[in-house]
Amino acid sequence: MPTHFPLFPPTASTVAVEMDLLYLFIVAICAFFAILVVAVITYFTLKYRRRSPDAVGADIHGSLALELTWTFIPFVLAMVMFGWGASLFFRLASPPANAMELFVVGKQWMWKVQHPEGVREINEMHVPVGRPVRVSIGSEDVLHDYFIPAFRVKMDAVPGKVTTLWFEATQVGTYHIFCAEYCGTKHSGMIGQVIVMSPQDYEAWLAGGKSTGTAVENGERLFTDLSCVTCHKPDSSGRGPSLLGVFGSTVSLADGRKVVADENYLRESIMNSQAKIVAGYQGIMPTFQGMVTEENLLQLIAYIKTLKPAAPAGGQGK
Amino acid sequence: MTIAPRLEDRKSYLDAPHGIASWLLTKDHKRIAMLYLISITIFFAIGGLFALGIRLELLTPKGDLVSGDTYNKMFTLHGVVMIFFFLIPSIPATLGNFLIPIMVGAKDLAFPRINLLSWYLYIIGGIMALVAVAGGGLDTGWTFYTPYSTQASQTSVTLAAMAAFTAGFSSILTGFNFIVTVHRMRAPGMTWFRLPLFVWAQYATSLVMILGTPVIAITLTLVMVERSLHFPVFDPKIGGDPVLFQHLFWFYSHPAVYIMILPGMGVVSELVASVARKQIFGYAFVAFSSLAIAILGFLVWGHHLFVSSQSIYAGLVFSIITMLVAVPSAVKTFNWAATMYKGAVTWESPTFWVIGFMGLFLIGGLTGLFLATLGLDIHLTDTYFVVAHFHYIMVGGAIMAFLGGLHFWWPKMTGRMYSEPFAKASAILVFVGFNLTFGPQFLLGYLGMPRRYHEYPPEFAVLNVLSTAGATILGLGYGLCLIYLLWSLKKGAIAPANPWGAKGLEWEKTQSPPTTFNFDEEVIVTEPAYNYAGSKVHHG
Repeated sequence: MPTHFPLFPPTASTVAVEMDLLYLFIVAICAFFAILVVAVITYFTLKYRRRSPDAVGADIHGSLALELTWTFIPFVLAMVMFGWGASLFFRLASPPANAMELFVVGKQWMWKVQHPEGVREINEMHVPVGRPVRVSIGSEDVLHDYFIPAFRVKMDAVPGKVTTLWFEATQVGTYHIFCAEYCGTKHSGMIGQVIVMSPQDYEAWLAGGKSTGTAVENGERLFTDLSCVTCHKPDSSGRGPSLLGVFGSTVSLADGRKVVADENYLRESIMNSQAKIVAGYQGIMPTFQGMVTEENLLQLIAYIKTLKPAAPAGGQGK
Repeated sequence: MTIAPRLEDRKSYLDAPHGIASWLLTKDHKRIAMLYLISITIFFAIGGLFALGIRLELLTPKGDLVSGDTYNKMFTLHGVVMIFFFLIPSIPATLGNFLIPIMVGAKDLAFPRINLLSWYLYIIGGIMALVAVAGGGLDTGWTFYTPYSTQASQTSVTLAAMAAFTAGFSSILTGFNFIVTVHRMRAPGMTWFRLPLFVWAQYATSLVMILGTPVIAITLTLVMVERSLHFPVFDPKIGGDPVLFQHLFWFYSHPAVYIMILPGMGVVSELVASVARKQIFGYAFVAFSSLAIAILGFLVWGHHLFVSSQSIYAGLVFSIITMLVAVPSAVKTFNWAATMYKGAVTWESPTFWVIGFMGLFLIGGLTGLFLATLGLDIHLTDTYFVVAHFHYIMVGGAIMAFLGGLHFWWPKMTGRMYSEPFAKASAILVFVGFNLTFGPQFLLGYLGMPRRYHEYPPEFAVLNVLSTAGATILGLGYGLCLIYLLWSLKKGAIAPANPWGAKGLEWEKTQSPPTTFNFDEEVIVTEPAYNYAGSKVHHG
């Protein structure tokens, strides 16, 4: 039995301190009201205890002023909590543009991690301290959830989708990774460690790791192997739309809608190719359901993201 | 009018006619309430045994008592049995069934046969659940999340879903019966604003039951269809969406939390008024806060999905509406506290339960604010913080209120008094045991211990040992309660018509226990509820 008795997990990311402050702020407000109500009830029940068997209480029916007061004050305090919570939530949902990107795939019952340089690991994730890290998360089977208490971040791994979380580690050390969404027999064994290293140690670790090609390189190879390249040509001559600069752009669809081409759009277009047809093209693309794994998908998406728009040359602006 | 004071002098609903068939074919709302009381007690004991298994396993960090699969089945069956077969029917089907007709001055519910049908549907669902337990169990969690439930689980998912589906119809019919009764069966003079607040709370609950339950029935049907026929709904490989399940599931299951707690709030309003012998403070605010909670409760389901890839803008909307639910809950609590002011407060056993309820409900409600706060929920969701929070509401709040109500109306329902010292001891044991069980789980949650973990890292051990110790005390408290209540049936003192000197048709206009048709003469209501100051109380 351990002798230490912690009340907080390690504080090892840039959002952890604010998270703890928000927690303590709400603890303080709640403790105030809990003590107030308990004290009032205790005082009244003792002071006004029944002194004869037939005694009845005073003829009091209520007070509009009091009702409005105790409607208004909890409302205002709840809105303050909402505002602070929402601002922290948006921060957690907005990874910095310069974040390095890792890919994580959950499957029963392990976490597979791939670094942009191609190094892979299982149930461990090495990251450098002081650098924002964006993690793209997929699942091969059922729901999972990538949870790092020391960083105060958590995100479901949802089959059929790419989800993301981000953090910036502030303390070198080793911290828990938990699966926080129930996933079957060894749910509580689907755990691992984040190893936060100094930038130099991280570089050294990366150099020593076994690389199987970077995510982008793997994606590029798949793009050829799966013959994506035969239709999605760099110019507009292919049977499918050009993918140069498609990521992050607004795409006009055949049914008149406009959508932003984010990761989930690319994913859906590969796995369920008939869902959204680009205006001006026919729905002839086959589905790649069952032909590519979740890791392949993340690699393909990583590659497509690197396809920058061709420099506008001549009169044919897009 | 005069009411014969002694059990021996009068026949009651318990006496005539005798025999097992007279109970199994009864149309008397009071007998049906007793059938429910016996059945939910059995299911509570079964659910409690699963809880015992969970707490014993978590006594040590390693998974050394049962296998991972067995542990997963235990927490799943604990949840399914406690929620669908104990908590949802608990107060409505027992106290509500018994009291609503009497409180509105009617002879029975509007549809006595449908009322009996509700009980049979509940029992059929319950037997299906027990067959599922015996034949393979269930390991999906009570939430049945897809795609685990439709593709991965090797257990009796279809049968268990069928069981919850069937029990759901029982709850729809009960809600329907209550609503019609409150609308159509009120005695002359019983205006809406003279209704006891227990009836208001049951009315709000019934609305949630009939509007929400069909959605879970459809959702579970879709799970069964996808699981057995591979009909694509939730499977992303064939165009389905697993998150769709979560939306549908919580569209019912969040309001279902209010099915479990609103009736408890109604019970507490009755108890507070009687304990203080005083008009409830802010009657209209307490009544309308029940409706406000029922309505807002339908608009907050997405707060279960803050980390499930739901749009962050949807998250904002669900967070702010969830915050609004805190307001009517706070209003109720303040009004209960204010009712004690200048009251004539008794220290009989119902007071112990009602104060226990307020303490636990307060903590349960306030910790809901942590989870409604978007950024903080990212860290807390799917951890033991959530487990602690909903047990404070659904066990601390709902069961404390149920037991408080049971103690308060026990003399009316059975015609017997129980031992006051044992009742007080039981309330204290339950309160202390409960806090020791679930208090440490808030800390575990913030530390990061995920829910549904069979094994855990050693730094969580101290808090888990405390929790298991608390569960032992909690179990003793419930066990004691069961023993002295059963004992009172044979040996308890004969209860007078109005042992608490309380206001209300059930105390003032009918004997203990009531006759089959409740009242000997037509009831005419001439005063508001809880009119303690305005008329003399007939004590005893």
